Amino acid sequence: MSYLELLKLASPEIVIVITALVVLAIGLVTGHAKSSATISTAKPAHTVSHTSTTTGICSVVAALGLAIAIGAILVLPQSTTLFGGMLVITPLTRLFKIICIALAFFTVLLITLQKPPRHPGEYLALILFATVGLMLLVGSEELLMIFIGLELLGLSLYVMTAFDKTDVRSAEAGLKYLLFGSTSSAFTLFGISLIYGMSGTTGLAAISEKLATASVQPLLAVGIVMTLTGFAFKIAAAPFHLWAPDAYQGAPVPSAAFIASGSKVASFVVLGKIVLVGFAPMHGSADWHAMTAGWSPVLAALAALSILIGNMVALAQSNVRRLLAYSAVAHGGYTLIGLVAGGRDGFSAALFYTTTYAITLVGAFGVVGLVRRETDGDDLSNFSGLWSRSPLMAGCMAIFMLSLAGIPPLAGFFGKFYLFSVALRASPNHGLLWLVALALLGSFISLYYYLMVLKFVFVDKRAEASVDRSSLFSHHGLAKVTISLLAAAVLLLGVMPDILAGQILAAVP
Amino acid sequence: MIAWTIYITFGGAVLLLLLPRTFARWSALLTTIAGLVLGLIALVRTPIADLAHFTTIVRAPWVPELGMNYHLAIDGVSLTMVLVTGISAVSTVLFSWDVEDRQNEFFFWLLLVVAGCYGVFLSADLFLFFAFYELVIVPKYFLIAVFGSTNKEYGAMKLTLYSFFGGIFVFIGVLIAYVTAGSLDLNQLSQFQFSPQLQSWAFPVLFLGFAVLAGIWPLHTWAPTGHVAAPTAGSMLLAGIVMKLGSYAGLRVAMNLFPQGFQMWSKWIAFLAVVGIVYAAAVALRQRDLKFVIGYSSVSHMGFVLLGLAASTALSVSGAILQMFSHGVIAALLFAVAGRMIYPRTHTRELDALAGMNLSRALPFAAFTFVIAAAASMGIPGFSGFAAEITILIGVWKTYPLAVWITGAGMVLVAAFTLRALKQSFFGEAEAGVHLQEGRVALDPDWIEQQSITAAEKCGACLLMFATLAVGLYPKLLLDRIMPAVEAMRFLK
Repeated sequence: MSYLELLKLASPEIVIVITALVVLAIGLVTGHAKSSATISTAKPAHTVSHTSTTTGICSVVAALGLAIAIGAILVLPQSTTLFGGMLVITPLTRLFKIICIALAFFTVLLITLQKPPRHPGEYLALILFATVGLMLLVGSEELLMIFIGLELLGLSLYVMTAFDKTDVRSAEAGLKYLLFGSTSSAFTLFGISLIYGMSGTTGLAAISEKLATASVQPLLAVGIVMTLTGFAFKIAAAPFHLWAPDAYQGAPVPSAAFIASGSKVASFVVLGKIVLVGFAPMHGSADWHAMTAGWSPVLAALAALSILIGNMVALAQSNVRRLLAYSAVAHGGYTLIGLVAGGRDGFSAALFYTTTYAITLVGAFGVVGLVRRETDGDDLSNFSGLWSRSPLMAGCMAIFMLSLAGIPPLAGFFGKFYLFSVALRASPNHGLLWLVALALLGSFISLYYYLMVLKFVFVDKRAEASVDRSSLFSHHGLAKVTISLLAAAVLLLGVMPDILAGQILAAVP
Repeated sequence: MIAWTIYITFGGAVLLLLLPRTFARWSALLTTIAGLVLGLIALVRTPIADLAHFTTIVRAPWVPELGMNYHLAIDGVSLTMVLVTGISAVSTVLFSWDVEDRQNEFFFWLLLVVAGCYGVFLSADLFLFFAFYELVIVPKYFLIAVFGSTNKEYGAMKLTLYSFFGGIFVFIGVLIAYVTAGSLDLNQLSQFQFSPQLQSWAFPVLFLGFAVLAGIWPLHTWAPTGHVAAPTAGSMLLAGIVMKLGSYAGLRVAMNLFPQGFQMWSKWIAFLAVVGIVYAAAVALRQRDLKFVIGYSSVSHMGFVLLGLAASTALSVSGAILQMFSHGVIAALLFAVAGRMIYPRTHTRELDALAGMNLSRALPFAAFTFVIAAAASMGIPGFSGFAAEITILIGVWKTYPLAVWITGAGMVLVAAFTLRALKQSFFGEAEAGVHLQEGRVALDPDWIEQQSITAAEKCGACLLMFATLAVGLYPKLLLDRIMPAVEAMRFLK
């Protein structure tokens, strides 16, 4: 293994890191000019336009870098393993690296929605670093590397959350996310160390071999539970979800979109690999009549709690971003059902669900960002009469909300059907029916609050019709195109789910 | 070719989002007429022998890994339902001719409901079927919440949540059938032997889910509030076709897949159906709002459908399907008169207020239509209601004689509330202070929006009256096609 080959195989990650450095440099160069401009307070308008040009340049460069990285992934070989699983390339990792990069790409396009951040270069560089974190997470089958990926992702996200210095909520969200996130990292690390102690290795496949002969001992149980707890924080499964509402509400819109989409997808891929590959012998059973010890009852309990708490609490929210956060908790719960079911089918159902969910949420956050930009708020009441101001965006919001509620012909409907059918098939005698019934009850509850959002969008009329639609909505052409594309993707994945489901099924080993 | 009803209607809906406002209603009308014409062509051209079993029209792989196919099929039962959908859809558009506010959006949601209904009636793949079934739910919400009246947001949310709640049970039932049999093809599933133990609990779950939409007592409460809150077109569609989705699905999926489960539970369904018929008729007798009267009458008439299904003889089930057709037409007609002909001209639906207006003098055409509709609804011979209900009762007689006695008493109540509504709304004594002349009614002499019955309304009403009369005088037209299809189903006693 020469370094040259390593460089070649890791080229997508390297491309993104280099792009991040370039973006940082651009930000530094133009940022300097900016600070001199701020001194002459006579021309604040000039300052704003200046930062927005910087944002523009930086986002174009970042988007280009991401596109090149996707190209690099497509060119590279289909499967290799480096350093005993530190870095692996399989059809699955390829597919999900592309998905993660695509999510980052859309997030970058949404940046224009925000009022220009004070340091656009740094902000975009952080998104790119976080993307590298996602790729490392997805592309590794080794616990230490996974942990490094988690930390890279986490640290970038903490800063991205707290990036809006002028907003006290952003600072609160950042701090909360940092505290919860670092605690969860500690849990994960502790769990990993125990598992390393038991098995003497950090490679997932090797761990599985060692555990196959071991019985469930208290120490191993602690190790597994600790690891799962750490990931439960990451995917915001109840009762470890408390950071999510604040982070979703306080963070700048693109950061929130990224936390809800890319971070979640990668976490599910890794969690799936850890439990289904690494802990495969410790599956246990979550069947109603025959529960046996293992990780699946733990995940089943997390799923059930998430679905109940997420949906119930979302009912009472009046802020759309908090509502999305609690619904994210519930959706995390649905996705976990796929992992509880286990096996190739369960994993691919969970991956399909989380991917379509991520696409939907990036789009939904896009609309929220647009409304926030226009009305200075993201409460439900800020959405009233959106249809009359921008019918296109109202239509997109309808597609996103209804897909989340699981209404055909949108992606969420097929996702749910796939997930639940796999769960029922997983065990004889429909043992997971209790979980499926609970999830269906949850999606029934969720329809109410998604419809409430749409009620504000379509039914209510805005009190003051004074909002100048031409000035506010014509600025964000790029963001609107992005959001429309995402909505089209949600519709397409619902009508022809085979495009993605077939890919995932073919890729999952 | 009948598959094009689905494509044309969806296409028309999408087109409406792009077209300028001036073309909206014409485009919607043409779309629905195309659907009806396709249905009629299928009625004339398809040999009766082909309608005896569920014949595949289109079949293409959709998600092969999961065994999902895009699979459409037709038999006599589906064809009947497609026809009633087409008739209701055309008349609904005609009766919405003067919707002014957000016209494109209105017709978009309306066509989505219609397209979803066509889809349900023609699907031969369980997943496809379920997707169309759930697709219908949300457009109804917007139709009612945006365009409705009287407590519209409450009515819309109640109706949507009820439908979706039923949808949960359907979801579970569909999943169980799919996972156990490993197939989604309705024809294959209806041959599969599910274990009796599974059937005994899967059938009630699935049937209950569907029955919510069909307005089974005591889960019917969404229907009257929903009908009242909905705009006229919404009520016509809801009562005309959406409620039929529930009973059709109960027949096509629940009863066909789990025949033994059905046998175990059929007497309970019959019980609920009879209670529904009598209870809803009794409630209708006491309502003051004309739309509530019609709303409860829908629940009562749907009780006949459920009773016919529960009796599970070839005759009673065929009668139930005929009743679905017949009630689809009659309910649309009744709602059209109440919501479209009376309300915009009097601004009230209160029977007491209407009684003081003697509307039959001012709106003779509306009075004529309402008399026809009421006669059909009461089951006067010569109208489709009679043909359907008598077929059901004869069929039920073999299985549940007691139910026939009680239902017979219930029919007296039906006649009573229909006549009461008819008398009070059109043939009351004119009071002083009400201004009447040909085509004009008002409590307020300065009222300026009065107009005669429009041509569009006349066309819509004539279409519906023609349908109920045609089937009433010659029920063989449909029964010849329904009976063989029903006899091919395996749940019959």
